Amino acid sequence: MGPSNQSKTTPLSPLLAGVGLTKSFGRFVANRDIDFTIYPGELHALLGENGAGKSTFVKMIYGLLQPDSGHFEWRGQPVQFNNPQEARAAGIGMVFQHFSLFEALSVVENIALALPADFPKEGLAELIAEKSTEYGIPLRPDSLVADLSVGEQQRVEILRCLLQDPALLIMDEPTSVLTPQETRQLFDVLAKLAGQGCAVLFISHKLDEIKQLTSRATILRGGEKIAEVKTKDKSAKQLAELMVGSKISAITPPEARNNAPAILHIKGLNRPAAGPFDTALKDINLTAHASEVLGIAGIAGNGQSELMNALTGEYCSSQPDIIFMGDRDISQMGPMARRVAGLSFVPEERNGHAAVPGMRLSENALLTSYEREGAVQMGVVSQAYATQSADRISEMFDVRRPEADPLASALSGGNLQKFVVGREIAKKPDVLIVSQPTWGVDVGAAQFIRKAMMDLAANGAAVIVISQDLEEIFAVSHKIAVLHEGLLSPAYAAREMTAEAIGLLMGGSHPEKAVKKPAGKSAKKSLRKSVKGARA
Amino acid sequence: MFVLEPRASVPLSLTLLVPVIAIVLTLIIGGLIFGFLGYNPIEALYEFFVAPLSRPDQIGNLLVKACPLIIIGTGLVFCYRANVWNIGAEGQLILGAMGAGWLALSFPEVQSPFFLAVMAGAAMLAGGLWGAIPALLKVRFRTNEILVSLMLTYVAALFLDWIVRGPWRDPMSFGFPLTKTYPDAGLIPALILPGIGRLGQLHWGVIFAFLIAIGGWFYLSRMLAGFQIKLMGDAPRAGRFAGFSQAKTTFAVLMISGALAGLAGMIEVSANIGQLQPHISFGYGFTAIIVAFLARLNPLAVIVAGLVIALAELGGDTAQISMGIPKVVTGIFKGILLFMLLAGETLTRYRLVRVSGIAGQGAAKTSKGGKANV
Repeated sequence: MGPSNQSKTTPLSPLLAGVGLTKSFGRFVANRDIDFTIYPGELHALLGENGAGKSTFVKMIYGLLQPDSGHFEWRGQPVQFNNPQEARAAGIGMVFQHFSLFEALSVVENIALALPADFPKEGLAELIAEKSTEYGIPLRPDSLVADLSVGEQQRVEILRCLLQDPALLIMDEPTSVLTPQETRQLFDVLAKLAGQGCAVLFISHKLDEIKQLTSRATILRGGEKIAEVKTKDKSAKQLAELMVGSKISAITPPEARNNAPAILHIKGLNRPAAGPFDTALKDINLTAHASEVLGIAGIAGNGQSELMNALTGEYCSSQPDIIFMGDRDISQMGPMARRVAGLSFVPEERNGHAAVPGMRLSENALLTSYEREGAVQMGVVSQAYATQSADRISEMFDVRRPEADPLASALSGGNLQKFVVGREIAKKPDVLIVSQPTWGVDVGAAQFIRKAMMDLAANGAAVIVISQDLEEIFAVSHKIAVLHEGLLSPAYAAREMTAEAIGLLMGGSHPEKAVKKPAGKSAKKSLRKSVKGARA
Repeated sequence: MFVLEPRASVPLSLTLLVPVIAIVLTLIIGGLIFGFLGYNPIEALYEFFVAPLSRPDQIGNLLVKACPLIIIGTGLVFCYRANVWNIGAEGQLILGAMGAGWLALSFPEVQSPFFLAVMAGAAMLAGGLWGAIPALLKVRFRTNEILVSLMLTYVAALFLDWIVRGPWRDPMSFGFPLTKTYPDAGLIPALILPGIGRLGQLHWGVIFAFLIAIGGWFYLSRMLAGFQIKLMGDAPRAGRFAGFSQAKTTFAVLMISGALAGLAGMIEVSANIGQLQPHISFGYGFTAIIVAFLARLNPLAVIVAGLVIALAELGGDTAQISMGIPKVVTGIFKGILLFMLLAGETLTRYRLVRVSGIAGQGAAKTSKGGKANV
């Protein structure tokens, strides 16, 4: 299924070359003396941990940043892109990790907004339709972006680039939001593009995908180029070790457990959609057992944030008898009362939800622990308590800080995520509920976070992980349920599930239907088993 | 094209030097304007900045002028930190004065030394409740608190106007719109400084203004409730996640700032006027908005900012009286002073960097670090 790309003949002259590129921010050197080449039609991976300098590097290519020293050569000519417009004019397109689309506008309106002023707007819809057939990107120009899945939204971004006939397309972590099926479609598109001579720079931390899609990889670590390798010559493990700089021990998928007591019960949780862009939750039933990780898979926008808000208590049901902690009805409690009852939460969005970027780490530590003993006395915050707990969390969870008590915004994404997850785990909760625990986090930090969650479960807590990342779901979960359009499937034992089966559930197929589709043989078997198991 | 870049670190010398530069530039530009208009620039600047401080009693008057600005400014800091935009402190001031006035006029015989405290309580209650109206409408119907609080100011002013001409008018006032004068127990005594004696109009309210600003600073920077306010202003989602209520915070800050504005109104009347009349405030409720921002929403800095603005106000009055400089010109001068102070403050934290436009080449090399287009 994977596109074959190894056989491309590599022309002698590179499309884009970077020579001795260095970029520093104050004293911090984000990129040091990096050499880089990409050839026309090449599928090239840029690999590195968070904070390795990948973003800085692609921002320099795309004209968002200018190198302090070193220069680029475009088709053999020295060149400097002072801004993205110049980069686009030269033929560079970029699809960002976070899309910049207006939900209330249609596909064609969104694309029209992003095109340069002199681009002919007449017949744009036809042009989009034409391009989408040409590259096998199914998309209706007049559909509203709000109605599109994340994968489809990404296609809008890709089409937007393709309309300007790029010679180089930069994709920043494109598969982190896709189902396995969508990922395969994306790879087909990228392979087709490469076949027509467009170079693709593919940024990812998913090593299997990099091996599957790309032919060469440039590996960054700590702002320096560590290696440039042919991806087929290296195993995923070797690539990971190059990237992290040390040996990696794989997490073993957890053993299923029997007879663990149930801690958290949800019985028939309904929640109407608050607005046109929200998802209604329909009759959610869920049980979290002690010493068990329950993975909730699903594509973003299928009710994850609504479910999370209902669990944290930010959305509070007006009715009792829905959410139980043991025998205790916590349906109508606010977030802090639920924390006191033994729950802990890590919402998906770090900035402005799980943490406040403009506040210090000590204040962020206080955010979810001000009810704890010693934190606040007579209404006065104990600075010592806040600072100590921030220090303790940072030490336990290896949070690298530029100074003793920095602003949260001064931490890299991975480090801040370790902090917010660590903050909750350090409280030793009975139930930990985490949404997208490793979103946008480097491999090392992701391993660390997953291990910490599993350790917590091993010590008797119930852990619920809501994630779009199937690899992650499989790595940590004992049981797996799938959220689709506000409906939660029953939880199946993880060992009996396959990526294929979950993918079908994520796409809205029911397990019964899923078996009829030509999935892999083993998937069929295991699904039948699991369906039976769930009915029993 | 120019962009403002945050400075990585701000040297102390710059922090100290910038206000000086700002004031020197104000003096130069202000002097030029006065000169062009035919006034002696040196004399005008003297009247503005030196005359109000030239005599001890003038210093007392400066403090008296700053008193309501500091009290109201502190309250507004609470609101603005919580991202709640109370523009109606003037109306809350008026309601506070009326609340206290109602007590003073209802109990003319009272002699207790605690009467002032009761009046202060009534003023804070009245101002706080007036502030609760925009809070209620915002929480319940999502109205814009800027509009509601501002419009309520006019309601309050007209309410006061009607009440001093109608129900509360002193029958012996010969038709003037005045109430009876307050009993002595309802008047704030002058502050007699040991060894100095009276200092102009200086009264005890000024001491409370300082205490309130310091207390406000402690509340916002050290207490959980203050943390909650800042959190709701900075990141409301994180605030809700922490378990705080947006609605309660909105009520709290509007009522706190309303109560403080009301207290300022009570102090203003009880210390300086002694009775209610149609106009009891020189727009303190509005000027305090500038004070709060000039202080960068820090209650301790509100003291300094309140004094600076009070100096500009007093200087403007002095220049009008002694040199006949029109009010609009003194207004322009105050504007220049504010502009310079704020520009200086901004340039302390950011630096101006020239970057190339779309056509430019190479100039962008000078820019390092994250850019903030301002």
